[in-house]
Amino acid sequence: MTTIVLLSLLGLITLITGLFTIKRYILPIVVSGLLVVFAIHTSSISIINENGPMFNNMMKFDQFSILFSGLILLLTVLIVFQTQKFEGETDIPLPELLTLFLFAITGALIMVSYTHLVMLFLGIETLSICLYVLAGSRRSELSSNEAAMKYFLMGAFASGFLLFGITLIYGATGSFHLAMISAQIQNPAIANSPMLIAGILMVLIALAFKVGAVPFHFWTPDVYEGSPTLVTSFMATVVKTAGFAAFFRLFFLAFSHTPPMWNQTLWVICALTMTLGNITAIYQNQVKRMMAYSGIAHTGYMLMAILALNQVAVSGILFYATAYALATIALFAVFITLQKNYKLDSIESFNGFAKKNPFAAFVVAASLCSLAGIPPLAGFFGKFYIFSLALKQQNFWLVIIAIINSCISVYYYFRIIVAMYMKKAMDEQTIEIDRMSYLVLIICMLASLVLGLFPDLILSLNA
Amino acid sequence: MITIFILFFPLLASLLFLFSGNENAKKIALGISVIELAVSIFAAIQFIPDSNVQFALHVDWIRTLGISFHVGMDGISLLMVLLTSFLVPIIILSSFSKEYANAKSFYFLILLMECGLQGVFLSQNTFLFYIFWEVALIPIYFIAALWGGDKRIQVTLKFFIYTILGSLFMLIAFIYLYLQSPTQTMDFQSLYQIALSRSTQGILFWAFFLAFAIKMPIFPFHTWQPDTYAEAPTPGSMLLSGIMLKMGVYGVIRFILPMLPLGMEDWGNTAIVLSVIGIVYGSLIAMVQKDLKRLIAYSSIAHVGLISAGIFTLNAQGLTGGIIQMLSHGLCVVGLFFVVDLIKKRTGTRIITELGGIAEKSPALAIYFMIIMLGSIALPLTSGFIGEYLMLTGLYEYNPYLAGIAGLGIIFGAVYMLNMYKRTMYGLSPLQSSEFKSLSMAENTALFALSASILWIGIYPETFLHLARPAANHLLEIAKH
Repeated sequence: MTTIVLLSLLGLITLITGLFTIKRYILPIVVSGLLVVFAIHTSSISIINENGPMFNNMMKFDQFSILFSGLILLLTVLIVFQTQKFEGETDIPLPELLTLFLFAITGALIMVSYTHLVMLFLGIETLSICLYVLAGSRRSELSSNEAAMKYFLMGAFASGFLLFGITLIYGATGSFHLAMISAQIQNPAIANSPMLIAGILMVLIALAFKVGAVPFHFWTPDVYEGSPTLVTSFMATVVKTAGFAAFFRLFFLAFSHTPPMWNQTLWVICALTMTLGNITAIYQNQVKRMMAYSGIAHTGYMLMAILALNQVAVSGILFYATAYALATIALFAVFITLQKNYKLDSIESFNGFAKKNPFAAFVVAASLCSLAGIPPLAGFFGKFYIFSLALKQQNFWLVIIAIINSCISVYYYFRIIVAMYMKKAMDEQTIEIDRMSYLVLIICMLASLVLGLFPDLILSLNA
Repeated sequence: MITIFILFFPLLASLLFLFSGNENAKKIALGISVIELAVSIFAAIQFIPDSNVQFALHVDWIRTLGISFHVGMDGISLLMVLLTSFLVPIIILSSFSKEYANAKSFYFLILLMECGLQGVFLSQNTFLFYIFWEVALIPIYFIAALWGGDKRIQVTLKFFIYTILGSLFMLIAFIYLYLQSPTQTMDFQSLYQIALSRSTQGILFWAFFLAFAIKMPIFPFHTWQPDTYAEAPTPGSMLLSGIMLKMGVYGVIRFILPMLPLGMEDWGNTAIVLSVIGIVYGSLIAMVQKDLKRLIAYSSIAHVGLISAGIFTLNAQGLTGGIIQMLSHGLCVVGLFFVVDLIKKRTGTRIITELGGIAEKSPALAIYFMIIMLGSIALPLTSGFIGEYLMLTGLYEYNPYLAGIAGLGIIFGAVYMLNMYKRTMYGLSPLQSSEFKSLSMAENTALFALSASILWIGIYPETFLHLARPAANHLLEIAKH
C-alpha cells in the first residue's frame, strides 16, 4: 500500500517540478525516488504488517504482488534511465513524460495486487490511459498518432469485454472478490452455468488482448512500430509483465477449480500464440515489428506457465518475465541510438555494428541469445523452467510445439547477429552510445548472465 | 581440483588476450592449450583404471531444483578429455602460418570451445551437460560464420538451427528424466536407476537419438555437414570433425546405452541400419568428390557411421572398438584436414584434378600424409585398424550381413583414399610453378605428433584401452539390468 501511495506522490512531485527550471535534476529525482520506493517496498513488508487484505478485501499485498511489484519498479528504473536522450523524440516535456511512466506503473502495481475484480479493472485502466498518451507522444508524426489511436480503440474494446465479463461472473457467483468466486465455483451447479463460462471467456479475451496473445494480438505490431521506441520498450517489458501477473493472479486465485474447459481454450491460445508469433516474425524486416512478434511468441511461452497454475508457476513466470525484459530492454536501448543515426527502422541499420561499437554489439548478441534460449544466459533457464512445468503437467505436445518454435526463433534472432557481425556497414562512422544507455546495457548484460548461472537468486524469493 | 582446472583453465587463461595484441594471440593460445594438455596427461597418470568417477567435485548449485554442480571423470571421459587437449594445440599449430583477421577473437573462440567440449565430457549431471553442449556450439558457429568461405552465412545458420533442434529434443528428454527421478536430481548415477516403461523408453530413445544423430551426423541427418565442413576455416573443420562429432558418440554411450535398454531393444536395430547406410552412402559420395575438403567430409560420415554402428551393437567389442575409433578418427581427420590445408596454402587449390606430384617436392609431407591416410583406411599397425577390427567383430556378432555391408565401407574407403593420395602426391604436377615451400617448424611438429600417436595407438592400444575398459564394462552392466 505504502508503495502505491509513494509512487503516486512521486508522480505528482515530478509533475510539479516541471513548473520550475530544474530540468537537470528531474531524472535523478525520479530515479532515486523509484529506488527509495523500491527499498521501502521490499523492507515495509517486514516492518509494517501490510500482508493482510486491505480496503474491504479489495487488495492484498501478498508475496506474489510483492515480487512482481519489485520487478516492475526495477524494470522501470532501467527504462527511465534512458529518457534523457528520448527528450528530442517526443513533443511532451520530460517531467510530464516521467509522470506518465510513474502513473502507468502505479496502475501496474494495482494490477498485481488486486483481490477484487473492480480493482483489476481500475489497474488496467490507469495503466492503459497513460500508455495511450505515451504511444501518441510524438504528436507531429503520423505513425505515432496512428499507434495511439489504434491502441486506444482496441484497448477500449478490450476493456468493454473485461467489464462485461466481470458483470457476468458477478451474476453467476454474486461476488467480485476472488476468494468468494473461487469458493462459489466449487459448487458444480455454478461452475457449469453458461453465464459463468461466458464471463470467464470474456475476461480471458480481455486479458489475452492485454498481453498480446493470438488471436487478439493484431494491435501489437502496429502499436509497437508507431510508438516512440522507448515507449515500445516499456510496453514490451513492464506492461507485459503486469498483464501476465494480473492474468495469472485471476486464474490462480479465482478459477483454479473450474472444469478443464478453459484449460483447453488456453492450451490452444498458447500453441497458436507461439507458432504464429514466431512464424510471422521471420518475415519482418522492421526491427520493432519483429520484436513485436517475438514478444507475442514469448507470451506464448509464458502462457505455458499459466497453464500449470500452481505456486511453482509463479517462479516460472517471474523468472521468464525478468529474463525476457532484460534482453528486450538492452536490445531496444541500442536500437534507439541506431534509429537516431540512420533514420531507419529496418534490420539493415544493424549492419556492421560490431565494428562500430563492439561492446554494444556484444550486448545485443548476448541479449538475442538469451531470447533464443541459449545457455548459460537467463533466457535459457527461463525456458528450462517453463518446459519442466509443462512436462510436469504432461503437456507433451505443447512442449514439442514450443521446441520447434524455439528453433524458428533462432533464425530471426540470428538475422540481427548476422547483420551486426557479418554484413558490411553502410558507412564508416563509429556510433557512440550515451553513458546512461551504457549503464543500462551493462546492468542488463550482467543480470542476464548472473541470473542464468544462479537462477536461485530469483527462485528462492518465492519460497 | 584437477577437473576444475581442466574445465575452466582455457577460459580463464584466455583473459590474457585482454592484455595482448593480435600478433601474439596465437602464441598465447598455443601456450594455454599446451598447459591444458600437460594437466590432462597428469590426470591420466593419476587416474586409477576402474569404473569409478574420479577427481569428482560435487557442490550444491540450484538448491530449489536440486541441481548440483557435479563434475568428474571416468575412463571414457578421460579419453575424450585427452583427445580434446591433444587436438586443440595441434589445431592451433595448424593455423600458425596463417594470419586471421582479428586473431584475438579467433583464438578466444577456440579456447572457449575447448572449455565447452571439456565440460561436456566432464559433466556428471544432465543440466551441466546441456549447458556445456550449447557452450561448445556458439564458438564454432562464430568461427565458421566469421572466418569461413563465401557461402558461410546461410550454411552456418543451417548448421546452427539444425543442431539446436536436436539439442532441444535432448533437453526435453533430460527434463522428463529429471521429473521421473525419485530424488529429483539430474546426476547421471541417479538417472541410471530410473525404471521406465518400454514405450517411454522408445520415445526417449528418439529424442536422444535425434540430438546425437544430428551432431555426429548419421544418415539422413547429415545434410548440414559437408557444406559446413567445406565452408568453415580449416581450424573450424578440425574442431567440428575431430572433437565436436565425438560429443554425439559420447552422448550415445552416456545416455542411450545405459538408460534405455528397452528402447535399444526396439530401436537399436534401426539406428544400426541407418549407420550402416551412412557408411556406404558416405563412401560412395566421397569417391566422386573433386574437392579434397568435401571428400574428407563425406569420408567422415562413413567413419562415424561405423563408430555408431559399433556402439549400438551393445557388446563389449563394439563399444571398446567405438571408443578407440573415436580417438583414431579424431587424429586422422584432423591430420587429413591439416594436409589439405597445407596443400591449399601452397598451391592455391583443393581440387584433386589440379594437383599432382607433390611427393617429389616435399617427401616429408608425403610420408606424414601416407601414415595419416593409412590410419584412416585402417591398415594394421595404425590406429584405425584396432578400432575398426573390434567394431566389425562386434557388428558380426550382432548380425553378419550388416557386418558384411559395413566391411564394404572399408574397401570403398581404401579406394577413395588411395586414389586421392595417388592423384595429389604422384604423377605430373599440372602447376605452373614448381615451387612448393617445405614444411615449417610448426607444421612439422604437429604432423609428427599426429603420425606418432596414430602409430602408437595402432601398435599398443592398451595404453588407452585399459583406461576405458572398466568404465565401458560398467556401462554395459547397467544396460543389462
